[in-house]
Amino acid sequence: MIPEGLALSAVLFAIGTIGVLTRRNAIMIFMSVELMLNAVNLSFVALSRLYGATGQVFVVFVMTVAAAEAAVGLAIIIAIFRHGQSVNLKNINLLKG
Amino acid sequence: MLLSGLPVQEAAGVAHPLQGTLAEWIWLVPVLPFIGFIVNGLLSLVPAMHLGPADPSAAGHDHGHVEHADHADHAHDDHHHVARHKYHRIVSMVGPAVLGVAFALTVGIFFALSGAHAEEPFVRTLFPWMVTGDLNIDAALQVDQLSMLMTMVVTGVGFLIHVFSVGYMQDDPGYPRYFAYLNLFVFFMLVLVLGASYPVMFVGWEGVGLCSYLLIGYWYSDKANADAGKKAFVMNRIGDFGFLVAMFLLFANLGTLDFVGVAGRVSELGEGGAVITAIGLFFFLGCAGKSAQIPLYTWLPDAMAGPTPVSALIHAATMVTAGVYLVARSSFIFSLAPVASLTVALVGAVTALFAATIGLKQWDIKKVLAYSTVSQLGYMFVGVGVGAYAAGVFHLVTHAFFKALLFLGSGSVIFAMHRALHHTGSHSDAQDMRNMGGLRKYMPWTFGLMWIATLAIAGIPPFSGFFSKDEILASVFARASHSTLAEATWLGIPGSALLMLIYVMGLAAALLTAIYMTRMMLYTFHGPNRSGEKEQAHLAEAPWIMTGPLVVLGVLSAVGGYFNLPSFLGGVSQKMHHWLEPVTGASSLRITHGEEAHLATSTEFALIGLAVAIAVGGILLAWTRLKPAALVPKDQAPEAHGIERVLEHKYYVDEAYDRAIVEPVVGVSRRVLWRGMDTGLIDGLFVNGSGFLMRGLGWVGARLQSGQVGTYAWVLVIGVLAVLGVFSIK
Repeated sequence: MIPEGLALSAVLFAIGTIGVLTRRNAIMIFMSVELMLNAVNLSFVALSRLYGATGQVFVVFVMTVAAAEAAVGLAIIIAIFRHGQSVNLKNINLLKG
Repeated sequence: MLLSGLPVQEAAGVAHPLQGTLAEWIWLVPVLPFIGFIVNGLLSLVPAMHLGPADPSAAGHDHGHVEHADHADHAHDDHHHVARHKYHRIVSMVGPAVLGVAFALTVGIFFALSGAHAEEPFVRTLFPWMVTGDLNIDAALQVDQLSMLMTMVVTGVGFLIHVFSVGYMQDDPGYPRYFAYLNLFVFFMLVLVLGASYPVMFVGWEGVGLCSYLLIGYWYSDKANADAGKKAFVMNRIGDFGFLVAMFLLFANLGTLDFVGVAGRVSELGEGGAVITAIGLFFFLGCAGKSAQIPLYTWLPDAMAGPTPVSALIHAATMVTAGVYLVARSSFIFSLAPVASLTVALVGAVTALFAATIGLKQWDIKKVLAYSTVSQLGYMFVGVGVGAYAAGVFHLVTHAFFKALLFLGSGSVIFAMHRALHHTGSHSDAQDMRNMGGLRKYMPWTFGLMWIATLAIAGIPPFSGFFSKDEILASVFARASHSTLAEATWLGIPGSALLMLIYVMGLAAALLTAIYMTRMMLYTFHGPNRSGEKEQAHLAEAPWIMTGPLVVLGVLSAVGGYFNLPSFLGGVSQKMHHWLEPVTGASSLRITHGEEAHLATSTEFALIGLAVAIAVGGILLAWTRLKPAALVPKDQAPEAHGIERVLEHKYYVDEAYDRAIVEPVVGVSRRVLWRGMDTGLIDGLFVNGSGFLMRGLGWVGARLQSGQVGTYAWVLVIGVLAVLGVFSIK
C-alpha cells in the first residue's frame, strides 16, 4: 500500500505544480496549491503506517492551515477582482520593481 | 670644582648649586614671550583702522580725515594702504616689553650661573611629557653655560629687533599679528635653546620653522611671498627628517634622549663607529636645513620676502644659527665621529665660499646680506666641525650682533627709500642698490653704523668679527696637524689635507666677504645719488626708535670681540672659551688628543697677519675697482654677461633644483598621483566603479522583480529542483 500511496501523492503534487506554473487565473492557481497540499497530506498518511500516528496528526494541522489560507486567499482574490475586474495574473503586477 | 671632584655632587640628594636660586625661574623666560603672543594674537582679531586711501600717490590729498598724514609712508611695497591698528599702542608696549623682562631675568640667571661655577648643567623639570614603555621624556629646561649664552643672544638681540620693529611696522594693518608671530617665534627659539632633551629641542626646532614660515609669508596677499614661505617650510622639513632619524637612532641604541643621559652613555657607541657617524650625519642634515647649508640653502635668500626685522631676527641672528647650536650641543656625539665632523666642516667651508661668490653680484641689498648670512653660517660650521665648538659659538654671537645690525641698517635704508619713492609715487624698486647711492649724506647714523658692521664681518681688527673669524681659521690650521680629525680619512682623502683645503677655502671666503660687503656699502652710501631728483628731497634718517637699536648693536659689533680676546693679545685668556668649557671642553679636548690646541705665538701672529691682509686687500680691491659713479638705475641697467650673469642668477641652482626635483615631483604628482591614482584609481575604479557595479546589480534585480507571480513560481520550482538535484547527486 505504501508505494502506491506515495506514487499517487507524487502524481497529484506534480499535477498541482504544473497547474500553478501554467495557469493564469488566480482561482485556478489557488486550487492547484490546494491540490499540492493534499498530495503532501496523502504522503503523510501513507507514511504514518511506517512511523506511527504523528503523520496523521500533522495532516490535521495542515488541513487547519489550509482552511485558514483558503479563507484569507479567497478574500484577497475577491478584493483584487473588485479593484481590477480581473483575476488574471498578467494584470496583477503592482509589486513590479 | 673640577670634574674629577664630582662624586660628592653626583650622589643622590646633594643639591645643585643653582637649586633655590633665580635659575629656578628659568621657565618664566620662554613663558613671557608666550604671554606676549597671546595678548597680541587676541588683539590681532580686531580689524585695523584704515586711515588712508590705497593709492599712495593720493595719500593726504583728498581725504580730510587723514590724521596721521606724516605716517602715510609704509615699509614695503606689499601693503598699499596706510592703516594703523586700533590698539597699536598696547601692541607697541607689550611686544618689546615681554622680551625686555625676559632679557632682564636672563641676565640675572646668567650671573647666578657664573657665580655658582656649576660644572654640571642644572635641569629644571616642569612636568612629565611622554611616558610610554622605555621612553620617558620630561618637559625640562636646562641651564648651562651654552644655553644661557644663547638665551642672552636671543632675548637681547631679540629685544632690540622688537624695538626696531615698532618703528618699522607700526603703520601696517596687521601690526598685532606681526608682533604675535614675533613673540611666538622667540618663545619657540627659547624652547629650542633651553630644552634639556632632543625632543624638547625638536619642539622648538619645529616651532621656529612654523614662525619663520608665517613671517616670510607675512604679506601673504602677494603670491611670491607666500611661495617663499612655503619653500622655506618644505626645505626645512627635509632637514627635520634627518633630525628625527638621528633621534630614533639615539633612542634605539642608547635608550635615552636627554642631553645629560646621552652625554653620559654616548661612548658606548665607540669612537668612529658606523652608528655614531650616522647619528652625526643625520643631525647635520637637520642643521643643513635649518641653517641653510648646501644643498638646502636656497630657501634663505627667498626668505627675504618677509619684513626686514624678521630677516634680522630669524634669518640672521637666531633661528638659522640653531644648527650651529645643535652641533655644539651634540659635541659629545660629533667628537666621537671624525667623519661626520669633517663632513660638517667641509660642507660649511664649501657653503661659505659658494655663497660668498653669489653675494658678489646681487643687486638687492637684502639678497647680498642673505648670501652673506649663508656664507657666515658656513664659517660657524667650519668652527664646530673641526671641534672648535667655543669658536663656532663665538662667531655665532658676534655674527648675531653685526648681521642684525646690517639687516636693521638695510631696513632703515629701505624704509627711507620707500618713504621717498612713496612721496613721489614712484614705482622703482626700494631694495635695489642701483636705485640708491650717496645715502651717506641723508642717513649719517645708518651709514656709520653699517660701516662698523661691515668692518666687523670683513674681519678688520679690533671689531668683533675679526676675533671670532680668526679663531675659527686658527683652529682649523691647528687641527690640520694634530687631532683625531687629521688622522681620519674622509672618502679616502686624509683629514689633514682636507683641513688645509678647508683653511684655504675659509681664507678665500674671507676675501670675497670683504669685497662684496665693501661693494654693498659703496653702492648704497657712496657715490652720487641715483634715486631721482624729486625723491632726494624726501630721503632722511629713520626715527630714533629704529636708529636707537642700531646704535646698541653697533657698540656690540665693535667691542663684541673682547668677550673672547685671545690670551696672546693680552686678554683675560679667552673668556668665552672658558665659559663654555663645562659644556664643550671635554669634546674639544677629545679631538685634540687631550691637549689644548695652542699654536706657537709666532704662528698665531702670522695667521692673523695673513687674515687681516686678506680682509684689507679685499676692501681695497673693491674700493679701487668698483665705481659707484658709473652705475645706472635698475631700469636702465644693461644685461650682465658671462660669469657675472651666472653669479647674478645664483649659479642657476634654483633652476637646477626645479628641473631635477620640483618638476619631476610635480610631473609625477600630476600624471601618476593625480590623474592616475586619484582620478583614475580612487575616483574612477573605487568611487565611480562601485557606483556602476551597484547600478548594474540594481538593474538586474529590477528585471527579476517583474511582479508576475507566475515567474516567481517558476524560479521557485527551478530552485527547488536544483537543490534536490544537488542532493540526489550526492
